[in-house]
Amino acid sequence: MANVSMTVNGKAVTGDVEPRTLLVQFLRENLRLTGTHVGCDTSQCGACIVHIDGIAAKACTTLALQVEGASITTIEGLAEPGGKLHPMQEAFREHHGLQCGYCTPGMIMSALDIVRRNGNNLDEHTIRDQLDGNICRCTGYHNIVKAIEAGAKAMAK
Amino acid sequence: MYNFTFHRPTTVRQAAGLLARNPDGKLLAGGHSLLPVMKQRLAQPSAIVDLSLVEGLSGVELKGRSVSIGAMTRHADVANSQVLKDVMPGLASVPGSIGDPQVRNRGTIGGSIANNDPNADYPAACLGLGATIITNKRRIAADDFFTGMFSTALEEGEIIVRVSFPVAKKAAYEKFKHPASGFALVGVFVSKRGPDIRVAVTGAGSNGVFRVTSFEEALKKRFAAKSIEGMTIPATGMNSDIHASPEYRAHLVAVLARRALAKANA
Repeated sequence: MANVSMTVNGKAVTGDVEPRTLLVQFLRENLRLTGTHVGCDTSQCGACIVHIDGIAAKACTTLALQVEGASITTIEGLAEPGGKLHPMQEAFREHHGLQCGYCTPGMIMSALDIVRRNGNNLDEHTIRDQLDGNICRCTGYHNIVKAIEAGAKAMAK
Repeated sequence: MYNFTFHRPTTVRQAAGLLARNPDGKLLAGGHSLLPVMKQRLAQPSAIVDLSLVEGLSGVELKGRSVSIGAMTRHADVANSQVLKDVMPGLASVPGSIGDPQVRNRGTIGGSIANNDPNADYPAACLGLGATIITNKRRIAADDFFTGMFSTALEEGEIIVRVSFPVAKKAAYEKFKHPASGFALVGVFVSKRGPDIRVAVTGAGSNGVFRVTSFEEALKKRFAAKSIEGMTIPATGMNSDIHASPEYRAHLVAVLARRALAKANA
């Protein structure tokens, strides 16, 4: 076992893990932050996307020990403490950008990274192209794309 | 994934020492090729030596008439490098076509070429520009570096530090993406630097990345798609799998070479 420390959603956390423990396992099983999902476990579906020092990454293809000392943001870290949703979460709710909801945390974390890289005025082509690393089996993406476009605009306000 | 011991050196020398003490150890860069094969138990290193804390391994710099890229530079950072986009947009376009945005946020150039996946993009860029791979021990020409599918000239304990690309006046990459994986079904990198003309192909050859000398000869007269119009390469030695036959891959090599030449001249 090895000790690992990092900051998750603004809080310092620490834990004992086997070196082979994935970041997503550490988040879900040690910290009980089960908003980050495991879909494919082969770095294709994007359900496990979190931000490592502000940059989106797949937590199923990252070892917990690789992010020792880093600052991690998960879906649980987006809403305000009182429960007010982040503008991107609100946009997914408003535009019904989900059906079963399994891919949604990854979609939202990915959406925020699209805004980081491309700014707040996003066109449909950019959003669809940049969602390459996220798979949704329910929605056909239509409302997800609408939600991201609206969420990105709302974030600029 | 089988278990392993985990190490985080802060210098290349320490990393080399750890590899020497752990003969079954592996270097970890971005982890986006190694961790998936460890999950499948196709690789079971006894030790992982994570290079992320080693200083001086990242960044894109223009050094005279070469662009030097640190081994740990992420695909996204190479793709977004203004220096590189200014001097050689053809090379800057290569990492932007790898995987998806999250893979590009983690994957590195050093990891990609050390792995030498027969469908990876960077090996074509290295061979197609005549890059030099700089390790902790020596400098290796790209022509000598890629020795076959998933194999390279790297020796035990040898660590890629930087990759140096000569700036070519004309350079472009065209790839036929596998729609699911984003890997190159076939990818062709072409370049012209003075009299040095190169056509390098990834994804197609059953022995990994290779040069098409017949095309290179034909392009000596004029570096243009027209010069190789009607030329083909034999299907022998091409990869065959459920995605494409050897004949189709050979056909794509010629098509993509012409497209890359058109792009390089645009």
